[in-house]
Amino acid sequence: MSAADSLPELVIVGNEAVLRGEWTLAALGALASSCRKTLFHALAYAGGEVSTWHLDGVSRLDSAVAVLLWRHWQGKFPARLSLPDALRPTLERVAVAPISEPLQRDQMKLSCIERVGLWSLTGWRDLFRLCAGLIELLGALVLTTLRLLRHSRLIPWKEFSANLYRAGFEALPVSALVGILIGMTISYLSAAQLKIYGADIFIVNLLGMGIIRELGPVLAAVLVAGRSGSAMTAQIGVMRVTEEIDALAALGVSGTVRVVFPKVAALLVAMPLLVVWVSMAALLGGALAAYWELDLSLLYFFQPLPNVVPIANLWICLGKGVVFGFLIALLACWFGLNVRPNTESLSRHTTASVVTAITLVILADAVFAILTRGVGLPWGG
Amino acid sequence: MSMRQTRDSVPVIDMRGVWSRYRDVVVHRNLDFRVERGEVIALVGGSGSGKTTLLREILGLLLPAEGSIRLFGHEIGSANSVALAAVRNRLGMLFQQGALFSALSVYDNIAFPLRELRFMDEAWIADIVRLKLDMVGLEEKHAPLMPAELSGGMIKRVALARALAVEPELLLLDEPTAGLDPARSRSFVALVRELQQSLGLTVVLVTHDFDTIAGLESQVAILAEQQILARGTLAEVAALPHPAIRAFFAPMGFYGAEDR
Repeated sequence: MSAADSLPELVIVGNEAVLRGEWTLAALGALASSCRKTLFHALAYAGGEVSTWHLDGVSRLDSAVAVLLWRHWQGKFPARLSLPDALRPTLERVAVAPISEPLQRDQMKLSCIERVGLWSLTGWRDLFRLCAGLIELLGALVLTTLRLLRHSRLIPWKEFSANLYRAGFEALPVSALVGILIGMTISYLSAAQLKIYGADIFIVNLLGMGIIRELGPVLAAVLVAGRSGSAMTAQIGVMRVTEEIDALAALGVSGTVRVVFPKVAALLVAMPLLVVWVSMAALLGGALAAYWELDLSLLYFFQPLPNVVPIANLWICLGKGVVFGFLIALLACWFGLNVRPNTESLSRHTTASVVTAITLVILADAVFAILTRGVGLPWGG
Repeated sequence: MSMRQTRDSVPVIDMRGVWSRYRDVVVHRNLDFRVERGEVIALVGGSGSGKTTLLREILGLLLPAEGSIRLFGHEIGSANSVALAAVRNRLGMLFQQGALFSALSVYDNIAFPLRELRFMDEAWIADIVRLKLDMVGLEEKHAPLMPAELSGGMIKRVALARALAVEPELLLLDEPTAGLDPARSRSFVALVRELQQSLGLTVVLVTHDFDTIAGLESQVAILAEQQILARGTLAEVAALPHPAIRAFFAPMGFYGAEDR
């Protein structure tokens, strides 16, 4: 069942080497690896010591193995060589092949310090590119929106609703599950502390403020960045690789209108709703844990909620949703549109899209915290 | 010498009674196809006649619903994975779009199948890559380029070099000249012809281009009505009176003006 019909043989007698059998990659591949190693060692030895080579018994010789022989002959025919005429063209092709330095693939050998320098320089360059690109995309988006407002029949309703369904509706189950679990965990851990001080009822203040103002929006943003941001980048990236974006342009359809606008618009609508949904789920999870741990009934949990959490917090929550959704969609589209046509770039950009989106969302959250530091706090800011 | 004769007497491809179906559509009906060592055969037929399916079945990417396919005497349906890998190393495939690995440079694309053999050192591989680049008419300066930086003709050449890297005995070409301009396509055909003759390759190709068939001095196998309807030189096949064959060749102006 071997791939070769006869195995390669090498006999070295004194100053003569006799080769027999089939000298092809397939035949070498069929040898056991220990045999192959021995054969290569023998060839290397013969290359230095032997001046007479008999190849008469060789039934087949392919150019890959001819290259090997040629290397062991140090780039010239041996002093005495006998071989069948059928093999001569193969060896001659190898002999006339251009000989040069070994192919240099890594021209630059960098020292450790140079590496750090190069790394930080490319980091700054990439950051600059990202900022410039985002501003450019934002400009295109604003112009597109103005144009769509004037020509309302151009609004891509179908794409918008498809994106809304995929990024919004299909995200409901998983975000509810995550929300409930996180809410339960926080409630359970806080309850243990509050019990010590007999401050059980403050669990409502704690969870209400924490979840509606901070945790809900950030949790939803992390989920959506991972779920929809990556999908958007991958989709647009593949459209770049397969030149579909160019095809759209060639058909007179603006990629910004058909591809970018519906995604950004859909997340602008879906994110605030998802933020509310996740916050609700987290509060429910928290209330359940409080019921089990502190015997606080659900009624007593939800009734004081409007009093201890001023309504301004809900607006902050919705505002964060809009901003986070916009950031995620914008970054996803930019990274997708800048994929270079190869698989490596596609995977890098998808990763970068998610990581950058989550980082920027947390940064934006900090900015929100500073800007709204006097708003909606029950103890009077 | 007797060893070579037994080797040469086994057909490279031997398909018997092959049926293929896509859901309810029968693509091949009891198809027989034999290719002997050193033959050059062009599969021709209308769109959807199952040429690419046949090629994929020879490659082992697709299993037929019924029938046997033997490559170099090994049944590929029943062969274990090690034996199948050994058989696959004896054939090279040139995909229509090249199918180069987009994340690897030209050098690494050609070196890839050699590294997969896992018994060659880098210096040996570098020499072989250089030889293959030279064979397909490329230069060393092209080695570090990425596939996205290549023109269509260069992609085909690199893909051919990769297909030839493991020294296949059988070369499968899917539309080798599609997407090339006439001059490039002629030089590519001449290149394949020269390599076929000097390396003694068996070549099976799918094509719509009669210049390619003429340039390779290839035999023609007509795939129509779910079978290989006819086989022979281009002139022999075109002269057959079968209506399906006539319908295929007539638009090319094969029978003069009166048939149009």
